[in-house]
Amino acid sequence: MIPTPEVAAGTIRRGLAITVVALLGVLAVYLLAQGYTPIEARQGLAQKIFYVHAPSAWACLLAFSLTGVTGGLYLWLRDPRLDLFGESSAEVGLIFGVIVLTTGPIWGKPIWGTWWTWDARLTLTLFLFFLFVGYMALRSAIADPSERARFSAVVGIMGMILVPFVHLSVYFFRTLHPQPVLLKPSAPSMDPQMLRTLLVSIGVFTVLYFGFVTTRYGIALLREARGSADGD
Amino acid sequence: MTETLRLALELAAKDLRVELRSRTALVSAVVFAALVLVIFNFARDPASVSARTLAPSVLWVTFTFAAMLTFNRAFALEKENQAIDGLLLSPMPRGALFLGKYFANLGFVATVQAVTLPLFVLFFNVGLGRALPGILLVIVLATAGFVAVGTVFSAMAVRTRFADLMLPILLLPFLVPPIIGAVQVTTRLLAGRPLSEQISWLRFLGVYDIVFLTLCAMLFPAIFDE
Repeated sequence: MIPTPEVAAGTIRRGLAITVVALLGVLAVYLLAQGYTPIEARQGLAQKIFYVHAPSAWACLLAFSLTGVTGGLYLWLRDPRLDLFGESSAEVGLIFGVIVLTTGPIWGKPIWGTWWTWDARLTLTLFLFFLFVGYMALRSAIADPSERARFSAVVGIMGMILVPFVHLSVYFFRTLHPQPVLLKPSAPSMDPQMLRTLLVSIGVFTVLYFGFVTTRYGIALLREARGSADGD
Repeated sequence: MTETLRLALELAAKDLRVELRSRTALVSAVVFAALVLVIFNFARDPASVSARTLAPSVLWVTFTFAAMLTFNRAFALEKENQAIDGLLLSPMPRGALFLGKYFANLGFVATVQAVTLPLFVLFFNVGLGRALPGILLVIVLATAGFVAVGTVFSAMAVRTRFADLMLPILLLPFLVPPIIGAVQVTTRLLAGRPLSEQISWLRFLGVYDIVFLTLCAMLFPAIFDE
């Protein structure tokens, strides 16, 4: 079920092409954030980081959800490619997690007056991050590919189910994070120019995620194809 | 179903019997719990933080850390002399294997808790009094769920390198919801508030137990099929 090295190399090329397009998109988001969006009345320039922070959080969540979903599919279909995709997605998710966890405090310091606070969404992101660091650590500690795939699928699925529990428990605990401005029952409470830029940025980061994950998945395929060629 | 339960109890009884003959793991876990309590008492400034303020957190950190130490034992035991192969080859369904190990772990953790709780009362000078039934209830509710997760993760961890490090890394994020809930309820019960005020937390812990016990029972067989 593992394709030939040539096919894997094609996947890497496709991934790199998507990444280049997405990086041009990131440049466009930068220009939009600088020239198009108004300066937020109370937060000033610090608010601009939002166009990177929120879309990265979205990409991070998307990445970890897809790791959980492919884990479930793996246990059902037992296709090693699903496992390789889960691994790639988790790794890319960690990168976006690092972006979220660094841009957040940079914004938090001038606006909240503190780098870190135990708010519901911050804690959730941090624990998701730890969970997938654990996921990668587990993968590196198992030599047998089938065992590695099954174990990481179990952790991926359990992690996905854990998310609402951590969120609820910390939410009951106390919360300080700005309330959602986009996904909420009433209409988005944001300036239309800001909203448009945010939506563009979310789109761009989604493409960026797919660019990264396709490249990484191609590398995993190539490694696997070469490994099995050497092994046999 | 009753057959599965019978086999599970049989397996749990076997594990506990093995343990009672050597008592190494159990005694170590109890001593560990006692030491953690003592260290916590000195890891604070008595002038600014009273023992009572810290008490609920200390209790739950001790419970969970001591529990985590006992989890690896369940499958490390079977790994020696490849006893696990015998278990897997026996006509016992994987569900019974999970339940058996789960019950054994519950028995272990409950024993450690039964020793730790009086020590905690003694060292931290906390009067349980009327709060005792509520505390026992929250201990049961908070423990039932994370022991299930610990059983599944320890089955995986013993088959990796660095098993002793792998288990806490995987398990600790899953301890967050039960610990938060348990500490909140314990704090309020110790402050003399009635149990009826804590219904929403207790319900939360109950949902966690049901969801993760079900999920663990469903995912456990995937660890062993090859």
